[in-house]
Amino acid sequence: MLASIRTQELRKVYSSAPPLAAGAGGFVHSSPRGKGKVPKPQVVALDGISLNVTPGEIFCLLGPNGAGKSTTAGILTTRVRPTSGQAWIGELDVWKNQVAVKRLIGVVAQRPNLDFSLTAREILLFHGAYFGIDSHQRAKRAATLLDRFKLTDRADQMVRGFSGGMMQRLSIARAMMHDPRVLFLDEPSSGLDPQTRLLLWEIVREYNRGGKTILLTTHNMEEADALCHRLAIIDHGRVIALGTPRELKASVPGGYLLRLRFGHSSENVLARLKALSGVTEVRATDGNGADVYADRGGSLVPEVANVALAASVELCDVHISEPSLENLFLHHTGRSLRE
Amino acid sequence: MNFKTFLAMLARDAQVARRNLVALLLQTFLQPLMFVFIFGRVMVGSGFMPGAYKSLLLPGIMALSMVGTGIWAVAMPLISEFQFTREIEDRLLAPMEIGWLAVEKVVFGTIQALAAGLMVIPCAWLLLRPGVELNVHAPLQFAAVAVLVALFSAVGGLALGCSIEQTHIGLMFSLVVAPMIFFGCTYYPWSALQNFPLMQKLVLVNPLVYASEGLRGTLVPQFPHLPMLAAIGGLVFFDLLLFTFGLRQFHKKAVS
Repeated sequence: MLASIRTQELRKVYSSAPPLAAGAGGFVHSSPRGKGKVPKPQVVALDGISLNVTPGEIFCLLGPNGAGKSTTAGILTTRVRPTSGQAWIGELDVWKNQVAVKRLIGVVAQRPNLDFSLTAREILLFHGAYFGIDSHQRAKRAATLLDRFKLTDRADQMVRGFSGGMMQRLSIARAMMHDPRVLFLDEPSSGLDPQTRLLLWEIVREYNRGGKTILLTTHNMEEADALCHRLAIIDHGRVIALGTPRELKASVPGGYLLRLRFGHSSENVLARLKALSGVTEVRATDGNGADVYADRGGSLVPEVANVALAASVELCDVHISEPSLENLFLHHTGRSLRE
Repeated sequence: MNFKTFLAMLARDAQVARRNLVALLLQTFLQPLMFVFIFGRVMVGSGFMPGAYKSLLLPGIMALSMVGTGIWAVAMPLISEFQFTREIEDRLLAPMEIGWLAVEKVVFGTIQALAAGLMVIPCAWLLLRPGVELNVHAPLQFAAVAVLVALFSAVGGLALGCSIEQTHIGLMFSLVVAPMIFFGCTYYPWSALQNFPLMQKLVLVNPLVYASEGLRGTLVPQFPHLPMLAAIGGLVFFDLLLFTFGLRQFHKKAVS
């Protein structure tokens, strides 16, 4: 059976620093000081997130660190209590039916949380036992997963000596052990080498083909672009863009982005740049720069150089980005996802 | 409550304990047995302590061993699993109300503490004989007290394990565990404090007093001890209090 994921106006305010499980993030609202008493800082991690992930979809939450991705995943997986709003897995309200929800979901946390007191195989076997899978079935399933994740030769070793990539693979295998309908992957490929990342993507796609819904958080645009059917870009606890990677990239004015830096700032240059053919938007940036959104990239450079020459402004640097989710994020927030 | 999940978690803890059996045994028995040897054998044998002290000491050592084991078995894993290794997260996501995971920890800690307490008796008896006079007139009462003491150690471990930061483990031992042991009537009966009336009243807030005195009352009733009703009542009170507090702290740790 397929299961959807929905959230409605989710809000989460921490009165102390957010725990690591929620991917320590958010932004601080400084409230006015009371007489003689220093109020606790309020950290708003989520500020009204509404999502609707359709059954069988690979959905991605893309955003920088501290945007609220992990807190959203934490609420959907019963580990973070929302300040307000609601969340559902299938038809089940996450906070009213926690046990039933936990049967439907598999979770891979941002930080490795494997049971260091057990071997790799035991980790899978005990996880299966927690979910009431009979011993024959869980032994078979554990062996299959260990093989699929290329861990068979280390299966009976304690996980303490495993590399980061092996731990991550085992975490994903564990999350799949009870064959959940919905799989949550919180920053699954951070710290993985490119080869392991490709294996991970392949496994995620294969699991999804079996009709499973997958919610993935990442700050890696390539991953979101390559893997997800739809994605939501999140910043400061709010959804700032939602759609398929193709739709979102197409929504950037012009598609191409030229990041320019001049010897000194000049309103005259900005006005001239706006007048160039194919340029859809020009924004002054910090320092002496300008972001030019246009429907072409390299062919615009000579014209930009001419504009600078005509205005007697030195053109110091040009960086061309092809249509990408990075450009979209930059367009909405004025910041780079990599910052 | 999901019984299968609960049992699987007990099996997981048993597997971990089995794997660490030698370290566990050393940790449980080395200190109490050294104490028994020095105080019961060396001090008595050299005439500094009367021979009867052997019998008086044994229940206290048993209480000490149980409380140490239970607190260690429950508190230490909770501190590291919640704050450092995060190993507990997989079990928090198992299909069971999370409070039952705390109960499972308490059940396992109680079993470990009971095993530790019951194994101290023959070990200490072997070290101290001859001269130990155990008079268990009411075995059921002894069993009830032993279970209540073991339970106290496990719920104490739950309360501490969910309240102490990892960086404060040293403080936990020097500010909580050590005073509890020294003012817990483990090495002397409560009546021995009659010359210190204020202290005699103050130590009653220490649950270990009821544990030591309860075991003394059921194992060596020939020595002065608190009335059994007071000892059992005190243990039940602290068991409930620490369990309620520990469960609340556990929920706070588990859900942010």
